[in-house]
Amino acid sequence: MILTNTTNYFAKFIEYLSGAEGLNLGFAGEILAYVVIAALYLAFFAVAGLMLVYMERRIAAFFQLRLGPNRVGPWGLLQTIADALKLVAKEITGTERKDGLLYHTAYYLVIVAALVSLSVVSFAPGVQAFNVNIGVFFISAVSSVGVLGLIFGGWGSNNKYSLLGAMRSGLQMISYELSAGLAMLTIILMVGSLNVDSIIEAQQSNIFLIQGHIPALIAFAIFIIAGTAESNRTPFDLPEGEAELGAGFHSEYSGMGFAYFFLAEFINMFIIASLTATLFLGGWLAPFGITDSLPWQPLWGLIWFFVKVLGVIFLMMWFRWTFPRLRIDQLLTLEWKYLLPMALLNIVLMALVVYFDLLIKF
Amino acid sequence: MDTQNLQTLDLKSQEYFINMGPQHPAAHGVLRLILTMDGEIVKNIEPDLGFIHRSIEKQCEYEGYKQIIHLTDRLDYLSAHINNEAVALAIEKALEIEVPERVKVIRTIMGELTRIASHLLWWGVMGMDVGALTTFMYAFRDREYINDIMEDTTGARLTMNYSTPGGVMFDLHKDFVKRVKEFIPHLRSVLPKYDELLTGNIIFIKRMKGIGVLSPEDAINYGATGPVARGSGVASDVRKIQPYSALDRVDFNEVLLDGGDNLARYNVRMKEMYESLNIIEQLIDNIPDDGIQAKTKALIKLPKGEFLQRVETARGDFGVHIISDGKKNPYRVKFRSPGFSNLNTLIKLGKDTLLGDLIAISATMDFVIPDIDR
Amino acid sequence: MSYLGNIFHGVKTLFTGMKITGGYFFPSIIGRKYVITRQYPEEPAIVSDRFRGEVVMWHNDDNEHRCTGCQACEIACPNGSIEIIWDRVLNEETGKKVKQIDQHIYHLGMCTMCSLCIQACPTDAIMWSTNFHNSTYDRSNLTKVLNKPGSKLMSGVEE
Repeated sequence: MILTNTTNYFAKFIEYLSGAEGLNLGFAGEILAYVVIAALYLAFFAVAGLMLVYMERRIAAFFQLRLGPNRVGPWGLLQTIADALKLVAKEITGTERKDGLLYHTAYYLVIVAALVSLSVVSFAPGVQAFNVNIGVFFISAVSSVGVLGLIFGGWGSNNKYSLLGAMRSGLQMISYELSAGLAMLTIILMVGSLNVDSIIEAQQSNIFLIQGHIPALIAFAIFIIAGTAESNRTPFDLPEGEAELGAGFHSEYSGMGFAYFFLAEFINMFIIASLTATLFLGGWLAPFGITDSLPWQPLWGLIWFFVKVLGVIFLMMWFRWTFPRLRIDQLLTLEWKYLLPMALLNIVLMALVVYFDLLIKF
Repeated sequence: MDTQNLQTLDLKSQEYFINMGPQHPAAHGVLRLILTMDGEIVKNIEPDLGFIHRSIEKQCEYEGYKQIIHLTDRLDYLSAHINNEAVALAIEKALEIEVPERVKVIRTIMGELTRIASHLLWWGVMGMDVGALTTFMYAFRDREYINDIMEDTTGARLTMNYSTPGGVMFDLHKDFVKRVKEFIPHLRSVLPKYDELLTGNIIFIKRMKGIGVLSPEDAINYGATGPVARGSGVASDVRKIQPYSALDRVDFNEVLLDGGDNLARYNVRMKEMYESLNIIEQLIDNIPDDGIQAKTKALIKLPKGEFLQRVETARGDFGVHIISDGKKNPYRVKFRSPGFSNLNTLIKLGKDTLLGDLIAISATMDFVIPDIDR
Repeated sequence: MSYLGNIFHGVKTLFTGMKITGGYFFPSIIGRKYVITRQYPEEPAIVSDRFRGEVVMWHNDDNEHRCTGCQACEIACPNGSIEIIWDRVLNEETGKKVKQIDQHIYHLGMCTMCSLCIQACPTDAIMWSTNFHNSTYDRSNLTKVLNKPGSKLMSGVEE
């Protein structure tokens, strides 16, 4: 219906700049198109990061019976810009005998991991920068590079607290990637392809959360928990446990270094939320096809996508401001003794459901 | 956590020192702990005190008896009123003056309100240390009611300096009884919600149950008092052993729980808030009306001798020991602080735990470092 | 089976916790119901009448005060935040030399707000004011002279 003949707007743009009709700049045009698309994604990264930080501060304030920032700009919308200006103006001091290469590479690695994962996400029909066949698996693979960034930061800071935080974080993230990957696999069983477009196309009748009833619900729970652990949020925020380690692996960073870590955490959260929305909630599809007959279809897809993603992000923020945090061995017990066996059993269950064709389709 | 297996493998690991330094978000004040750690397990704790030592006991030797009371405000600032009451009672015991009944009732009500405020703040900070960051704001919202009640009557919210030798400084505000009567049902309706938010939560229970078990013998040996001892089953409430002010005519239970782990100490403090509300309810309705200050001389001189008074602050057994040799300044004043003895139990409880457990244990001990350092 | 029972019980307690914070969140964001913030410079701060802001000396409309210079407050202050500068003048009516106050110096920077001076004053000359906007950029502004220039003792105030 919607998907069969959508054009990829980015591909059209590249064609326009380098191809036969349009500007016909040849190879230089292609490079220029890539640069423009990358700049667009960087801009989106920055703006989305700022908006998420503002949203977090406001929502946290309402949970805590107070108002959030409401003086800088209307309703405090420009508050994060003020914060970003302050962070840009600070000096990245570091410690005395830090390992310079590792210290300064650390924050670039987390940014790179977050940005590259962002390119596979499909925002609207035709708005997807990198349409590969291994879509969701690509995100899971690239986010491991972010773990390297954290460990580099912890070791390079020459600080025992940072090292403790980085070790905890590395352990946590590689453990929870297993459960997240298995939960993703459960959904892939229903589709048969890792491509993001195919997954969304298979949900045109109804979303996977309803199609796959019980196994999909269990996979949803596992994926939300594993995703919260992946992005180092409470109740899994031991690596940056404020009460325990000061600030964990990013305690020796100031200015833009800290800003990169901070933004990368929020973009990681955004990526987990968009994966959840794509896999379980139908991506940019309208529920029950409400707005399918309106013009400007990509715009409506964008709106629905952001509504679903912001809903999942709100859920993750609700977790953060309600629950205490888990100790490191309880965290690992949760993963290896509870989540992983349940995810494996869930795959078997889903395989049986798909084989006997017990999905709810209407 | 089984640490034996680490030695059987042929890995070389080294113990390292970590400094939970004076400036730390979890240390309730300026407390420096030098931890010897092996991986993530704490092997040895060595506290380093003295960062906020202001020589209050020495200062008391240069001031008259009416003036040493305002220094005790700043010892354990969360139970400031109860500290003031302790020194006032010690001086009254030495001079053998009889305070009016109204003074006793007012002091007890204010003391119990202070205890509730201190426990509320402890609950908020405990949640923050463990990771649930909203409990802090909820606790402070309720604490504002108590602060406003105190501000109406005494004029100050934290360091009140309200008791004098022989009475209290100001009479009760005309709205005092009304506001306290409004506050009690509000707190009764809100405390079960806080219980559900934190106590019933499975993550919280896993961090509290079975962690930091203090046996009753250890509690007695180290001299732990207050909720730390009562959580292990040791009856140590000074309000029952040597009642003072109006506490001998009210009816309340001493909260004793077995177990000695973090959860027991937590539950002791939560239940103590209810008991304090009961005490206030029994006293608020009929406050006698016979003056707020007994007659004392303008310049107070204590007779020669030693005078001791114990009170129950929110942290435990606070004692004031005044040694006087007849002059107008005391010869020596000694404050027995409950936090100092409780800190010693932390050294024993913290061995062979994870770092996260150490934070949780020190949160349930409820230290206020100016109380320890004086 | 207790494995599954553990999981269900755990998840149920988590939902209970979320219900409580959610119960505070949704009324707050829709109708500002539970929000306790006071936006300070626009809404005035509420202090009670007896709030201990700073010590001031009472003057009536004719610029007269009640301070006899007896130094009771200076003796009562625990850390010397009050200094009285006085001299002896001849009282015309009785013919005796009495104390008269020249300046009543109050170090706001050292004061611990314990109200012992106000308790000790026999003539109710000094009292609390609720003014707490005392922060300043220059520390010498914190040493105040409490009796206004040109003021004198009210007649009829006995020692």
